[in-house]
Amino acid sequence: MSPLDDSSAASVRTISGNGNGNGIRFDLKLIAEMVEPGSRVLDVGCGDGTLLAFLNREKGVDGRGIELSMDGVHQCVAQGLSVIQGDAETDLKDYPADAFDYVVLSQTLQAMRQPRTVLENLTRIGRRAIVSVPNFGYWRIRLQLLLTGRMPVTEKLGYQWWETPNIHFCTIKDFVTLTEEMGIRIERCMIVDRVGRVTGHAHSGFANLLGEQGVFLLRRG
Amino acid sequence: MLPKIKENVDTPKPCSVAIRSLCPEALQTAMSAPKPAVVAPADAGSLPGHRVTLGVDRPMRLDSGAELGPFEVAYQTYGTLNADRSNAILICHALTGDHYVLDQHPVTGKSGWWEMLVGPGRPVDTDRYFVICSNVIGGCMGSTGPKEIDPATGKPYGLNFPVITIGDMVRAQKLLVEHLGIEQLFCVIGGSMGGMQVLQWAVAYPESVFAAVPIATAARHSAQNIAFHEVGRQAIMADPDWAGGNYLLEGTRPHRGLAVARMAAHITYLSEPALHRKFGRNLQNRQSFTYGFDADFQVESYLRHQGITFVERFDANSYLYITRAMDYFDLAGDHGGSLPNAFRKDGRGTPVRFCLASFSSDWLFPTSESRAIVHALNAVAANVSFVEIQTDKGHDAFLLDEPEFHQVVRGFLEGCAEHRGLTARRRAP
Repeated sequence: MSPLDDSSAASVRTISGNGNGNGIRFDLKLIAEMVEPGSRVLDVGCGDGTLLAFLNREKGVDGRGIELSMDGVHQCVAQGLSVIQGDAETDLKDYPADAFDYVVLSQTLQAMRQPRTVLENLTRIGRRAIVSVPNFGYWRIRLQLLLTGRMPVTEKLGYQWWETPNIHFCTIKDFVTLTEEMGIRIERCMIVDRVGRVTGHAHSGFANLLGEQGVFLLRRG
Repeated sequence: MLPKIKENVDTPKPCSVAIRSLCPEALQTAMSAPKPAVVAPADAGSLPGHRVTLGVDRPMRLDSGAELGPFEVAYQTYGTLNADRSNAILICHALTGDHYVLDQHPVTGKSGWWEMLVGPGRPVDTDRYFVICSNVIGGCMGSTGPKEIDPATGKPYGLNFPVITIGDMVRAQKLLVEHLGIEQLFCVIGGSMGGMQVLQWAVAYPESVFAAVPIATAARHSAQNIAFHEVGRQAIMADPDWAGGNYLLEGTRPHRGLAVARMAAHITYLSEPALHRKFGRNLQNRQSFTYGFDADFQVESYLRHQGITFVERFDANSYLYITRAMDYFDLAGDHGGSLPNAFRKDGRGTPVRFCLASFSSDWLFPTSESRAIVHALNAVAANVSFVEIQTDKGHDAFLLDEPEFHQVVRGFLEGCAEHRGLTARRRAP
């Protein structure tokens, strides 16, 4: 096992793990920080409803969710969250423009068949979209590929290449380029590694090397 | 010798207590009896529960253009209405259901049809909510329907009863709810045809419904479902004892036709895996085939039993009218062919909070029907939850012990109660 291979924490979600022991995952906390209290929020791929429940409780939002897995949906609805079983790639098109103040897509864009279409829909349905993406340009990943010559497997991306649901990896640089092409404005961003914030500038060279993931507040231009 | 079914010959498996208690001879007699005793399914006046006369000042205008009134609505309530009348839940029953949600049925003696879901401490908690359920108009358990006396003629309505729709049923329920002094229902819940009524409530009276739980239902009756209903109706009408709908006057009852209608319908409520699990090819109280048309198989015996017990409690003309009401149901059709439009009023999406549930093995109201409703609700950015429950029990699953489904209803109602400002569970005095 490579010293960089910290995949011991088995992942059941697209991205594994609970970033910190107390409360919600680190990146979910960053997302929550971007949400205005009392707003209307759609969480796409809401999992077991952790973020929605947190936003309901802490920010008094009117929250809804879409989740692919039935287990996740059951857990959500059984705790009183408004969640439907559905697929972001087919169901987002039904929603009218500006139906929500925020549409959240947390660590899932890379698992979409058509990430660009999904991103279009997110910024259409929401007045703002909050998207978090893992950075494939993160130095540990670059180094792992360079040194071992094999597809990187990390704590946050804990899948072998043949089993990963993450079929469309990108770097922060790639993501920023796509938003520019699509005329989407990045209103705010937070680039973080496992210990905390790296930079608030998506274009910074550090971001693409030192950031393990990026959280972006987006608005169509 | 019948080597193919050897295991069945060796160990005949009884399928259920109810079926075991009926010997094949009894079934055969009942199925082929030329003129069964004429017994009214239930005399409205002697039934338990409440009854109210509505449409007295002004008759109720029906979708057909006809008018009905005054008319009776039979209903039951459970729990206590709170001071600001905000904790009422209306339950809408299915095609052959009635308002005895928790009571022992006055005709069959069976326990309430939704005791799994409704009751003290249950997901629809009668310690907390005031639960109302009424018999639909056109029904035969106390509400005005074809077997009741037409005041204009002094005779049973029969086919002179006006054709009613799901919209008309809901209109009558609205009058009842107003009669009870309730401005807004906390929730309307129902499965199958009950689910259609739930949808109709949300569409027709969005301000009067805080939350809606349509279960195993559809926004329109499919061609296949209309086809099954037509088989049932033809079975009834082909029975000479139906007497052109005048059997009550003629002193006959179309038991055979109605039983066949029920048998055909009952198949659609189950699923192939459930039928196989319950009955397989097992023989009924016999060691080998009779090489005749007796009920050799348990599944035949079971269906005959379903048919026979049904005719004891249900009126054949009611069956015609209520199946027709379901056939006519088409929410999109009522709104320029657009289902989202049904959930839109004055350019705004419906304020009603929805929770839809479907069952994976339900082929009568498959998940795709619920999903179509969810998509329409998404199109108006409505507040909606949707769950498909994995089960092999078919359409009937909504009436059965499905813990996951019950958890979902409980969670949804609790979430809604919080938003509605309903206090936590009422404490016993």
